[in-house]
Amino acid sequence: MILIEALRSGWQAILANRLRSILTTLGIMIGVAAVIILVAFGQGASNSVTSSIQSLGSNLLTITPENPNRGGEIVNPSVQELTVDDAAALNDPIAAPDIAGAAPEKRAAVTCTIDDLSHSTQVVGTWPSYFSITNSPVASGAYFTNADELSGRRITVIGSTVAENLFPDSDPLGKRISCNGVPFTVVGVQQEKGASFTNPDDVIVAPLSAVENSLTGYGEVSLISVQATSPDTTDLAEAQAIAILDERHGTVEGTRDFEIFNQASLLETANTALGVFTALLGAVGAISLLVGGIGITNIMLVSVTERTREIGIRKAIGASRRFILLQFLLEATVLSVFGATAGLLVALLVSRVEIAGISPSVVPISVVGAYVISVAIGLFFGSYPAKRAASLRPIEALRHE
Amino acid sequence: MIPVVEMRDITKVYGEGEAEVRAVDGVSLTVDPGEYVAIMGASGSGKSTLMNIIGALDVATTGTYRIDGVDIGDLDDDALSLVRNRRIGFIFQAFNLIPRMSAAANVELPLMYRGVRRGERRRKAIEALGKVGLADRSHHQPNELSGGQQQRVAVARALAMEPSLMLADEPTGNLDSRSTADVLDLLDDIHDEGKTIVIITHEDEVAARAGRVVTLHDGRIESDVPAGIR
Repeated sequence: MILIEALRSGWQAILANRLRSILTTLGIMIGVAAVIILVAFGQGASNSVTSSIQSLGSNLLTITPENPNRGGEIVNPSVQELTVDDAAALNDPIAAPDIAGAAPEKRAAVTCTIDDLSHSTQVVGTWPSYFSITNSPVASGAYFTNADELSGRRITVIGSTVAENLFPDSDPLGKRISCNGVPFTVVGVQQEKGASFTNPDDVIVAPLSAVENSLTGYGEVSLISVQATSPDTTDLAEAQAIAILDERHGTVEGTRDFEIFNQASLLETANTALGVFTALLGAVGAISLLVGGIGITNIMLVSVTERTREIGIRKAIGASRRFILLQFLLEATVLSVFGATAGLLVALLVSRVEIAGISPSVVPISVVGAYVISVAIGLFFGSYPAKRAASLRPIEALRHE
Repeated sequence: MIPVVEMRDITKVYGEGEAEVRAVDGVSLTVDPGEYVAIMGASGSGKSTLMNIIGALDVATTGTYRIDGVDIGDLDDDALSLVRNRRIGFIFQAFNLIPRMSAAANVELPLMYRGVRRGERRRKAIEALGKVGLADRSHHQPNELSGGQQQRVAVARALAMEPSLMLADEPTGNLDSRSTADVLDLLDDIHDEGKTIVIITHEDEVAARAGRVVTLHDGRIESDVPAGIR
């Protein structure tokens, strides 16, 4: 009852000073909009990085050779390289039940030409299972097969960047390109993966046997790509890969001559970093919300001073401290909640716009949080002016001009 | 019969030591129900301080004060608000209506603080405005009314509270002679209905309407006589 009456009195005061109320509300509106929009941008950035990491191959582990020397001192002088046989051993479904597949990759820098066009890129000599392991479907054409690998056919699936550079306005399929003087026939074009830390589209993929035979020679491979059976089993798959390679290389922890790079843990690291980034953006928004809150205190203090006489009249005819306190608190809270609502609408509108390639994703908790905080701001920043109003002595207030 | 106002040896002291000022110095005053009392005195005689104490806006330094038999000497702020709200209807020199609120809303205000429901207080407000002849101005804001009309709204506000005591502080001080007569006639009518009125003034013609005139000088009661004897 008293709450409704106090709310009504506060509302009358807000309407009586329309322009000032709107300006005060603006401060909160900007603060709330800033929090929601900035957090949405942080989340949007996080989503886009996550999806581009996932596009590199889901559940992917990458094994690279490592020379375990520490501080220049060679710990294990008899370092063994990663070999095709290592990759074959990892494809053992009994020893490694959580590994879906493993493919060796032999990488080398090459310059490919066709007619008078030339492009420097990287050749990947690998097995046909590479495409599924690294999540690299073709957009047009076909993959090469195990038969192609066995016969060492010089055919290739090219990345989209290579396709754009060598075939700006023609269909690459069936064309013959020359890489470091070795001819390869294009049988497929990979789907574009999009930007990441390195450009995964600037590559040509060919059968391992053909690459070894004509470009790199035989011997160690650059890396082995391993696919876990699911995102949840990447840690198990990693442990099984380590066990198999430890046995083959005769190594233990500390003397290991290979390194396993876990895509899932990269994702985790990236997410942690982006979480910090989002929190920082949120903090910037929170600061503007704080400034808006101080604006409320400021305007309420002015209002209390301006309305000193009115408060004196109200107290003279019987308003209790509690009623005056409640009226001013509710006045501040109403301003704050109106600001929050306006801020929310602005934020939802702005969040539909894509900026710098990032589409913002509104986080529900930031909406709820901004609302709760804005009510708290009304109560907190309104409480000092409200207390001042409530404790005014009526005779002094009545004397105030 | 319980007096409406019962003051015993009231003193109000401001400041300390050398700077001590005894604004009210040992005043004893009793006002019975139905009386119409004028309190007179030059400025500095202590009549404003006395009016604040009578109106429960301020508390005496020493002495006892009962309104309707209730000792208000040791009540806190909120309890004093309640006493004012239930027992005293103020009429101020400066009208003291709340700006940007309609006449009716101003009259309703003390009833709202008392917890009277909306419909009932609106009805009482209209009724009180009718008594002061402003039923047709109930939606006007104070700045749309003349000084005399504003003071009549203030009288309506005091009336609507149905107080034990109507306390008027120089109610005609800001009014022209015609409005002064209107307001004084209104107070006469209210007194005729049996209300208790205390009016603070320095004008003889205003005091002449009262049944009893109390004159203050230097914080003490100089004379307390029926009207017309002075």
